[in-house]
Amino acid sequence: MAVVDVAPPEDAKKSKHIPGEEGVWVFIFGDMMVFAVFFGVYLVNRGRDPELFATAQDALDRNLGAVNTLILLISSMLVVLAVRSVKSPVRDPRTTLYVLGAFACGIGFILVKAFEYHARIAAGDTPATNDFFMYYFVMTGVHLFHLVIGLVVLTVLWRLSLKPSLTPGQASFFEGGACFWHMVDLLWLVLFPLLFLVR
Amino acid sequence: MPIDLRNRVTAVWLFLVVATVVSWMLGTDHGVSSEKVAGVAVLAIAVVKVRLVGLYFMELRDAPTVLRSMMEVYSFGIGAMMVGLYLYA
Repeated sequence: MAVVDVAPPEDAKKSKHIPGEEGVWVFIFGDMMVFAVFFGVYLVNRGRDPELFATAQDALDRNLGAVNTLILLISSMLVVLAVRSVKSPVRDPRTTLYVLGAFACGIGFILVKAFEYHARIAAGDTPATNDFFMYYFVMTGVHLFHLVIGLVVLTVLWRLSLKPSLTPGQASFFEGGACFWHMVDLLWLVLFPLLFLVR
Repeated sequence: MPIDLRNRVTAVWLFLVVATVVSWMLGTDHGVSSEKVAGVAVLAIAVVKVRLVGLYFMELRDAPTVLRSMMEVYSFGIGAMMVGLYLYA
C-alpha cells in the first residue's frame, strides 16, 4: 500500500456512529438503570445484616460464577467478530459460526445456572430462606430472563448472518441486537462480583 | 475495522479475562488480608470492566458524545454508588 504523507481531509475523519437504531439505546440504558437500582437495593439490605449476607454467600459456588463470567466474555467476543464481519465489505465465512458459538455459550450459561440453582435448592437455600438468597435468586433470575431474550435476539442475528448481504436497516438491527447481548454480559460482570465475591 | 482497533479490542478482551481471574482471587481469599479492601477492589474492577464492554464491545467509543458520556457516567456512577453503599450502608 502506498504511503500517504499528507494529512487526511477533515471529512475523512471517522464520523460518529450510533451502534444500532437509536431506540434500542433507550431500552438498553433503561434496563441498565433498573439493574443499577437492584445493585443499590442489594447493598443497602446487605448493610442491615452483613454477617448474614456473608455467611449465606459462602454457600454459593464462586468457581461456577467465574466460569459463567468467562462464558459470557467469550460469547461477547464472538458477537464482536460477527458484527465486524457483517459491517465489512468482505463477509467472513465463519460469521454464522460466530453467532452460533455465542448462542452455545448462552446455553452453557443456562446449564451452569440450572446446576447452581439445583444445588442451592437441594441444600435448602430458596428465595424464602433469607434476604440474601431472595436477592440472589431474584437478581440472577431476572438476568437469566434477559439472557433468554438475548438468545432469541441471537437467533435473529443468526438468520441475518445467513444472508450474503444486509440492507442498512438489517445491519443496524444486527448492531443493536449485538449491543443487547453485550448488555447481558455487562450486567453479569457486576452481578457476579456483587453477589458472589463482595463480603 | 482497522488493524489497530482490532488488536485493541482483543487486548481489551484479554484484560477482561485477566480482571475476572483477579477478582475471583480477591473474592476467594487469595492474598488480601482485609475483606473490605478486597471488596472495594472487586467493585472497582467490575466497573472498569463495565466501561470497557460499553466502549469497545458496544462500540460507544465511536458513538455520538451523548451515548458515550452516558456509558461513562453510568460506569462511574454505579462504581461510586456501590463502593459508597458497601462501605457506609
